[in-house]
Amino acid sequence: MSSAADSSAWMAHGDASSHHQHGGGYKIVQWEWSYVQTPYIIAIWILVASVAKILFHFSQRVTTVVPESCLLILLGLVLGGVVLIASKKQLYQLDPGLFFLFLLPTIVGDAGYFMPSRLFFDNLGAILMYAVVGTLWNAFCTGFCLYGMKLAGVIGELFLLFGALISAVDPVAVLAVFEEVHVNETLFIIVFGESLLNDAVTVVLYKVYISFVEVGPGNVQTADYFKGVASFLIVSIGGTMVGLIFAVILAFITRFTKRVRIIEPLFVFLLVYLAYLTAELFSLSAILSMTFCGIGTKKYVEANISQKSRTTVKYTMKTLASIAETIIFIFLGISAVDKSKWAWDTGLISCTLIFIFVFRALGVVGQTWVLNWFRLVPLEKIDQVVMSYGGLRGAVAFALVVLLDGKQVKAKDYFVATTIVVVFFTVMFQGLTIKPLVKWLKVPRSTNRKPTLNEEIHERAFDHILAAVEDIAGLNGYHHWRDKWEQFDKNYLSKLLMRKSVYHKGELWEVYQKINIRDAISVIDQGGNVLTSARLSLPSMASRTSFSDVTNVTSYLRENGSGVCLDLQVIDPVSGGKLEEETETHHLLTGNLYKPRRRYHAHYSRHFMTMGDKERQDREVFQRNMRSRLESFKSTRYKGKTRHKKERSQKKARLALVPIDPVVAPLESEEEKSEDEPEKDDDVGITFFDVYLACCCLTSIAVPGTLEVCQSPAVIPPSPTCAEKHLPWKGGGGTLPVCVSMETTKIIPIDLQQAWNQSISSLESLASPPAPAEPQHPRVRTLGRVEAAARGGNGASAGAKGTGGGGGSATYGIGHYTPVMSHEKHRFSLNTHFVVKLRDTGRYHTLKQHCLRICWLNRKAEKTHLP
Amino acid sequence: MIMFFSSPSDVKNNGHRRFFPYCHIILIPRGVSGHESGGITTFFARRFHHVTDHSCAIIMGSGDSTLSKIPNVEELMEETGFSPAHVVRLYERFQALDKSKKGQLSRKDFESIKELATNPIRDRIIGAFFAQGQEMVDFHTFVRILAHFRPVDKNRPKKANMQEPVNSRTSKLRFAFQLYDQDNDGKISRNELLQVLRTMLEMQVTDEQLESIADRTIQEADLDGDNAISFDEFRKSLEKVNIDHKMSIRFLR
Repeated sequence: MSSAADSSAWMAHGDASSHHQHGGGYKIVQWEWSYVQTPYIIAIWILVASVAKILFHFSQRVTTVVPESCLLILLGLVLGGVVLIASKKQLYQLDPGLFFLFLLPTIVGDAGYFMPSRLFFDNLGAILMYAVVGTLWNAFCTGFCLYGMKLAGVIGELFLLFGALISAVDPVAVLAVFEEVHVNETLFIIVFGESLLNDAVTVVLYKVYISFVEVGPGNVQTADYFKGVASFLIVSIGGTMVGLIFAVILAFITRFTKRVRIIEPLFVFLLVYLAYLTAELFSLSAILSMTFCGIGTKKYVEANISQKSRTTVKYTMKTLASIAETIIFIFLGISAVDKSKWAWDTGLISCTLIFIFVFRALGVVGQTWVLNWFRLVPLEKIDQVVMSYGGLRGAVAFALVVLLDGKQVKAKDYFVATTIVVVFFTVMFQGLTIKPLVKWLKVPRSTNRKPTLNEEIHERAFDHILAAVEDIAGLNGYHHWRDKWEQFDKNYLSKLLMRKSVYHKGELWEVYQKINIRDAISVIDQGGNVLTSARLSLPSMASRTSFSDVTNVTSYLRENGSGVCLDLQVIDPVSGGKLEEETETHHLLTGNLYKPRRRYHAHYSRHFMTMGDKERQDREVFQRNMRSRLESFKSTRYKGKTRHKKERSQKKARLALVPIDPVVAPLESEEEKSEDEPEKDDDVGITFFDVYLACCCLTSIAVPGTLEVCQSPAVIPPSPTCAEKHLPWKGGGGTLPVCVSMETTKIIPIDLQQAWNQSISSLESLASPPAPAEPQHPRVRTLGRVEAAARGGNGASAGAKGTGGGGGSATYGIGHYTPVMSHEKHRFSLNTHFVVKLRDTGRYHTLKQHCLRICWLNRKAEKTHLP
Repeated sequence: MIMFFSSPSDVKNNGHRRFFPYCHIILIPRGVSGHESGGITTFFARRFHHVTDHSCAIIMGSGDSTLSKIPNVEELMEETGFSPAHVVRLYERFQALDKSKKGQLSRKDFESIKELATNPIRDRIIGAFFAQGQEMVDFHTFVRILAHFRPVDKNRPKKANMQEPVNSRTSKLRFAFQLYDQDNDGKISRNELLQVLRTMLEMQVTDEQLESIADRTIQEADLDGDNAISFDEFRKSLEKVNIDHKMSIRFLR
């Protein structure tokens, strides 16, 4: 971008400016432009590019019609004009070195890493065909035809070179244009895959012709052609191998990053980039290398790194790629405004334009005809039209033409001009018109629909069926080999490259969780409307697909800075027991309103994320709860003589049941703990695990006892209701008040989405509708269930009145429990974390263990408090 | 040697008359065994099948004699839509599998297929070949089952009186459905789903996880609230999936 001299001068300038300081006395303020020049200019350019993007998107009408890439090129032209007028010569242009070493890899890295691999490999045959045969066809035909025309007084062989560099479809341009068009996935992956994989062909042709030009056309021997073919094989296969090697290394490294989660994303970027650089180092196909590194490594890396790192990788890659793309297009525009570098030749330009278009179309039609003999899903005529029309040329061609040596290639200026015009024409004219064309041809569009669980399961089954049928019919077809690969991957690769803890997690289970999360988010986004229907049904279900069109309420609220929370109360009509509950809540609030003690640790660590405000509060709440818990134990011992006989006996029954085997229980949980250890995430400390969990499980005091903000709007009668004597602070005993009221259930999606999700999904698994008389039923039921677990199956508690629901496993228990937690938005997020975590790792049985253990501990505590 | 005959004359083949407007002869070296040439034959056969409705390929030599060995081959081809080359290919495979040389396959024959050993739902697929209460599979059933996986051909003329072709979307789905529905009551119950999931996921998930996946799946598809998935519900839940693509094998085109 900024001229190459800058970067080399950077260091020298640094020295020079330090010398400056010593001459001419001491200055208070110094002008150090030369010192900061290069990074400063780069930063300013990036800023300009980003601001330009914001400006474009101010007007939605423009961006829906005109692709961003066109606007950026236009902006580049304007900026180039300004610079040209200001300084009389063009200071900036797209520097090939910078382009190939920094801008291109960011885009390719993003493309490779987020490549939908199944789709890619399903269409690999077609992609390879278009990338190799298609590009060769384009290059030779364009080259020879231009050669035949003998334009611009240029010697023939150079046209072959020119044909080679102008023929390749450009990944940057294709991405920029096709991302806005939304054609169906198959079409997109074929065009896009071609644009990535044709790199090897382009590189080899370019290098071969350059060397031919260097030795002179007369000295080329037959052997050199064979060398060219060999070189193609080495460049493409070698590039792929380098990429795959780095993919394995990267996946292997991320297996061991559990204690340094913070640098996980860095490994991803570094190794993917190193794959690119290494391929460049050996002059192999760098794009191929990077693409395959991304495709190969993604599965394992995503499994190994933490959720936060995954998000970081995703957003950083997208940001970088987006900025790189912006800069490329702006600089393409700027580079065009430079009279000194190019020479216009109308004949050459028009012929090139016609030839590349015609040969692209011919090539696509011819290859598709051949491919359709072999393809299960033939490519239709309209697909072929879009593919021909989508053959965009871009910055790669421009960078290659700028790289030409002006001394050897006399016609360089003509080529530069032609390339610029071709790139502008394809990106601007074709980019602008492809959207209406796609609409007009009624090309099947991509649907942004995520597969449902049913589809996921059945499609997996279909894969197995097809593989089996191929085996039975004795055909070693695609499904056979895919099945073989999956076996190999499962038996060896995944074992080598994945953490043990992740390896044993089912893929389908993760899909299930993702779907649940998605559902819950959309439930919240729709203002919870879905919950009001008689039967809980969710957006991902077949019958409810229309919901996806509903505007996203949450993001709307967030965008508008609204402090409004979605209140389930509004949407869930509560009839009986409302007043009572509100009373309870009020007393609960007044009695137990929690004010955190302020404790500020000035804690800073470079290697770990500090404990957030939320976690600190959680700890506070926990301590408070434990104290009150202990006190309540004491009070039952000493004070609760006659008044709470019933409760006491209840409690006794519970406690008696608890340590079925007090020695075994903790021991087992110890084992669990050590097993759990590798699961430990950066955001969750395992030490809290049992304590917190048990805190949740043991008593619901923990829940209502810490109500904070969600004050119920109702007017509270001052007289104590019948329910009051069950309240913990009044009763003082170990009663289990069921005062979880819907009233206070507000959803704050931003920080508790995940937890809420889980709860929704499991709520949903209760096929029966919540009884209208007791709207809190599902939650209570959970509580009951979890507690029942805690008590070793003793369901004789007030909380467990809803033990119905039959085959509810611990899963549901946990899931149901979560809304109770989320009811304490800030307070209990950590708990929910754990609960969710528990679900994640599938260690439900540990829940029981921990509950048992805590009960046992409590009993011990009780004993020690005896005189 | 394989010949593609199509001369403007009636060629008698198994008593069936066909009209061949063109003639193509392709020579394949003698050394190439039937197995290898199968792919080539298939390819050409497919091409001719594609070009016009009138041109058809007959396989001479070994292929021809194979065809004549199969009883009622015409009906079979008519019913399943397989070309002669496919039938020959499948017949060769059938004979290779038929260890006892009785013209019928037993469960053991299927189980001895090496590649199948790692397939988690192997038993169910093998079971799909056997009709209720039957112990053996003859060649016709074998081909009919495999015909489920032929891609749907668009330009094949539709005959009014014909029943639904075996490779239609519905019969493909029916085939998959029956793999789940082991007791043949027309419903996938929770237990049946659990069994399939267990075999597909092996030991990767705990029982609780499996149950919640199964419950969720059933709830997602279950429209009438009977806690099971009927065939209609099954079809509805896969409404948006391109079954023609996902349940077809290119080789059997």
